[in-house]
Amino acid sequence: METRTITNRREFSWRSFILQWEWLLVALIAAVFVLNANLSEYFLDSRHLLDATMGFLDKAFIVLPMVFIILMGDIDISVASIVALSSVVMADLYQAGLPMEWAMAVCLAVGSLCGWINGMLIVRFKELSSVIVTLATMIIYRGIAYIILEDQAAGKFPKWFKFLGWEYVGNVPFILVAFAVCAAVFTYLLHKTTFGRKLYAIGNNPTASKFSGVEVDRIKVVVFTLAGLMSAVAALFLTSRMGSSRPNIASGYELEVIAMVVLGGVSTAGGKGRMAGAILAVFLIGYLRYGLGLVNISAQTLLIVLGLLLLFAVAVPRLNAGQRTVGRT
Amino acid sequence: MSDTEYALELKGITKSFPGVKALDDVYFKLRPGEIHALMGENGAGKSTFIKVITGVHAPDEGEMILNGRKVEFRHPTDAQKAGIAAIYQHVTCYPDLSVTENIFMGHEKIAQGTKRILWREMHEEAGRLLKELGAGFSPKTLMGALSVAEQQIVEIAKALSLDAKIIIMDEPTAALTQNESEELYRITERLRDQGKSIIFISHRFEDMYRLASVVTVFRDSKYIGTWNVNEISNHDLIIAMVGREISQLFPKKRVAVGEELLRVEGLGLTGYYADVSFTLRRGEILGLTGLVGAGRTEVCQSLFGITRPDKGRIFLKGKEIRIRSPREAMRYGIGYLPEDRQKQGLVLQWAIGRNITLSTLEKVSGKGMLHTRKELDIARTLAEKVGVKAGSVFDLVGSLSGGNQQKVVFAKLLTADLDVMILDEPTKGVDVGAKSAIYEIIGDLAGAGYGIVLVSSEMPEIIGMCDRVAVMREGRFTAMLDREGLTQEAILEAAMVGADSPVNSRRVEA
Amino acid sequence: MSAKIAKFRELGLLAFILLLSVGVQLRNPSFLTWENLNDMITNTAILSILAVGMMLVILTRGIDLSIGATLALSGMVSALAVSRYPELHPLAAIGIGTGVGLVCGLILGFLVARIRILPIIATLGMMNVFRGLTYEASGGKWVSAHQMPDSFKDIATGSLLGINNLIAIAIFIYAAAYYFVNHTRTGRRIYAVGSNPDSAALSGIRSGKILQLVYSVMGALAGLAGVLWVSKFASAQGDTATGYELSVIAACVLGGVSIAGGAGKISGIVLGSILLGILNNALPMLNVSAFWQMFIQGAVILFAVLFNALVKRGIDRNHLMRRKI
Repeated sequence: METRTITNRREFSWRSFILQWEWLLVALIAAVFVLNANLSEYFLDSRHLLDATMGFLDKAFIVLPMVFIILMGDIDISVASIVALSSVVMADLYQAGLPMEWAMAVCLAVGSLCGWINGMLIVRFKELSSVIVTLATMIIYRGIAYIILEDQAAGKFPKWFKFLGWEYVGNVPFILVAFAVCAAVFTYLLHKTTFGRKLYAIGNNPTASKFSGVEVDRIKVVVFTLAGLMSAVAALFLTSRMGSSRPNIASGYELEVIAMVVLGGVSTAGGKGRMAGAILAVFLIGYLRYGLGLVNISAQTLLIVLGLLLLFAVAVPRLNAGQRTVGRT
Repeated sequence: MSDTEYALELKGITKSFPGVKALDDVYFKLRPGEIHALMGENGAGKSTFIKVITGVHAPDEGEMILNGRKVEFRHPTDAQKAGIAAIYQHVTCYPDLSVTENIFMGHEKIAQGTKRILWREMHEEAGRLLKELGAGFSPKTLMGALSVAEQQIVEIAKALSLDAKIIIMDEPTAALTQNESEELYRITERLRDQGKSIIFISHRFEDMYRLASVVTVFRDSKYIGTWNVNEISNHDLIIAMVGREISQLFPKKRVAVGEELLRVEGLGLTGYYADVSFTLRRGEILGLTGLVGAGRTEVCQSLFGITRPDKGRIFLKGKEIRIRSPREAMRYGIGYLPEDRQKQGLVLQWAIGRNITLSTLEKVSGKGMLHTRKELDIARTLAEKVGVKAGSVFDLVGSLSGGNQQKVVFAKLLTADLDVMILDEPTKGVDVGAKSAIYEIIGDLAGAGYGIVLVSSEMPEIIGMCDRVAVMREGRFTAMLDREGLTQEAILEAAMVGADSPVNSRRVEA
Repeated sequence: MSAKIAKFRELGLLAFILLLSVGVQLRNPSFLTWENLNDMITNTAILSILAVGMMLVILTRGIDLSIGATLALSGMVSALAVSRYPELHPLAAIGIGTGVGLVCGLILGFLVARIRILPIIATLGMMNVFRGLTYEASGGKWVSAHQMPDSFKDIATGSLLGINNLIAIAIFIYAAAYYFVNHTRTGRRIYAVGSNPDSAALSGIRSGKILQLVYSVMGALAGLAGVLWVSKFASAQGDTATGYELSVIAACVLGGVSIAGGAGKISGIVLGSILLGILNNALPMLNVSAFWQMFIQGAVILFAVLFNALVKRGIDRNHLMRRKI
């Protein structure tokens, strides 16, 4: 057998460096800033820009595990319902007398449980796609929220609860600090650990992953549980912002979260994409929303813009590659 | 014989794919009303040949002449319209639709004016075809409810409904039981009597003797020859298919066989295999052969934790174990080289390095954190050890040749601490050069003390590499041959020729 | 074997419907009154019209989450039209609504069939676009009853040959759908594309056209339903029919339409729609608070798909055992 030396050093190429999706996002963010600065003089103020993050970063917590889910080739449309349910349970228990700290812990537990249930169903019933499972649980979880609170609001949280969504650490909003920490953890998980490597493997070829000893089922359950947990975290911040909880909160969150992930360059076919892209997309969509909101563009117009953005994000890579997995709803 | 006597003729057909020449200047002649057997080992080019005839692939060179006229097919429907139909081992059909619909999809019977589907006429016609073929089920049955044998009959009915004059059967008996094969023989003879021409691909000599009048052999993508079935002996046919005297190719070193590593008792999985028992020792290469569909891969996958067996026990180094997942199997020291390297063995979108380390990520990480430097070093070392021909570990696996890809999968196996290696068709679709490299790797592994199960359909490989050979047929072991009794005839007899079928032992005088 | 299961399921549904009706009637005698039945059946009519479209989409292994929004948009547009031009003939109003829905469906079909975007993503995105457009069109205001001419409101309350219009339209659509799906080539090819897309390609079926067709039909039916809805409820709002697509999917799944594609019967979705209609109507009658409705719907979908999966496992196991190895 001939021995041949193979190099394990990678050559750096300027071309592949520049042609990354993330640069496109940076350019788009710049464009958004330019657009909004022109639309309103209030936009380009560092204090305002920081404060704006308090309005959109609650969803961003969900974006982090959603990247994992879509990387694996699955999807979770029940996240908004999990936010609602965790928030409602927390508010209800607090009103019934449970100390707030405990109620918050229960919120996180409920979210994780919902995510865990999603994961177990998907893994035990492989005939069912993650679409139909999370479609059903989306209805069930929000349904339970309605059963608990009906159409009431529950609120009157202790004053310190407002800290989450309204206060600062120094000059920086707390939510931004919290998100930065979570984002760092998730980025590390995805790009620097064996867990992250396995996620990419599953997304590219679940069969070969299984044959290579990757515990596909266990990883899926973990990821969906994480999604539930982070939805509950989002619920904490959202509830703190709103000061109360209702069963219909977080309506439409699943669309925005998925839009942020997909716009961030994570392919719905699985196996491709980076956390950095999704994080950039969070700010892109967040500031776009904020800026348009400053000039009183209605929430509904925003919906249209968001829907179109999502389609644009999916369509562009498709038109290039032209592939699709048939049979996955 | 003038050209117009032939129903189908192919001259000088050549077809290449990136990295491999599937057909090299191949010839073929088919007469009307003839059953013509096409034989050759796996990878000899038979499948590609069929795809050329049925219009799935267009040949790079050569011509096809149908009933004296030159034809070119650009899409399978062209071949269909020309009266060529193919029936495969794995029936692709619409499981949720009825037999009638499966037969008529694409050419349904409709009323002239309203274009309404004429169900009654279609069911009647389908029923007529089924009756002719001797099928016992109603055309209104859902396709998914039928057995594989019954589905094949529907495929034949479909071919007949398309007025096919040339029918190709690709390993149709591979998934059938003895009785079902009898049925298929009867149907095939009926078709011949009606004037259809049939190309019959099979590994089973009994199929050939029973049905065919002529046999053509392909080997290594080339056309070897055509003979009348009653003029060539088993022995000579095998030589034609295999080509060379076996023993020269393989440097089979005498390795000291050690203690018992793996023992399997009475393993069974409903619908796939039953009563499987064998032992494997250190340094031993145990061959596992048989026809496609005999259950070999299913046994392997049970040993690797992919599908759990219903019955039986597994002992590793004397201790009984239960293997619940591939991860657990590897922890016990059992590794598996999958049959389908592209779907099961490799992540084609990834580079060589990442593929190699995928099954043992713990070794290149600390507390979950990846050590890239270490990973690249291990990847490089192993890639070089197995002789992967590539410039860098960052080269994408999808761009490598079949042989190189297989070496990458070997390298991946070598990263783990294993005692037993199960290799499922390790040289399938691999060129000759890489093949000998892989044989050397396997030999070295045995010498290093691994116990190896070698699953293969290639005679030379089995005979050249193995110490003992287990032969499977229809889910059971039919023979366990030692090195002394290890001849091609013995293996083929156990795998291909049934107990009560004619065996042609007349030798052609040189 | 699977044919037996299908029959079994339909009989089971029928039996359940009867049992449920009897049960509810016993608890609350005002259930089986003419007035209540009429209300229930007209609601079900709209649901079942949508179920036809959804079944076609699901047959091809797709899904459509945007129909609630399409319904709202078409309803709003037609309501605005008649409020501005009260002389407009009701048939024209229906035409406008159906037309709007058709355009929505065409767009979706294009995205799924041509650009090859996953149906879940495409419909999720367009759902919000259509909903947003509905709000834009209405300027945030409702179109209320007194802005609608009687001729328009009569669409829902009027009758044709003694049968309420909505029911008549539903019956007509069902007849047409039944014929289309069982007696035309295109209809059967929809099943083929969902049952085995690869074989379909080999059989020469143009799956792109089929996909375009089913989403367009779904859109048109949603458009029609939109006009009927706003006429019946005499009001067109921005949030009309929010979440209604889930009821439609529930009706299909209950009726035996397989989420994996390739299987589903018209008779099944009729029964599924009726059952769901009864459930929606009966719950308030049984003093079950309206807030349980959502949960029950989700539970129904989940159990129905799990049940289907388990049944299929049993059948497959059966086949393996027949192999005599």
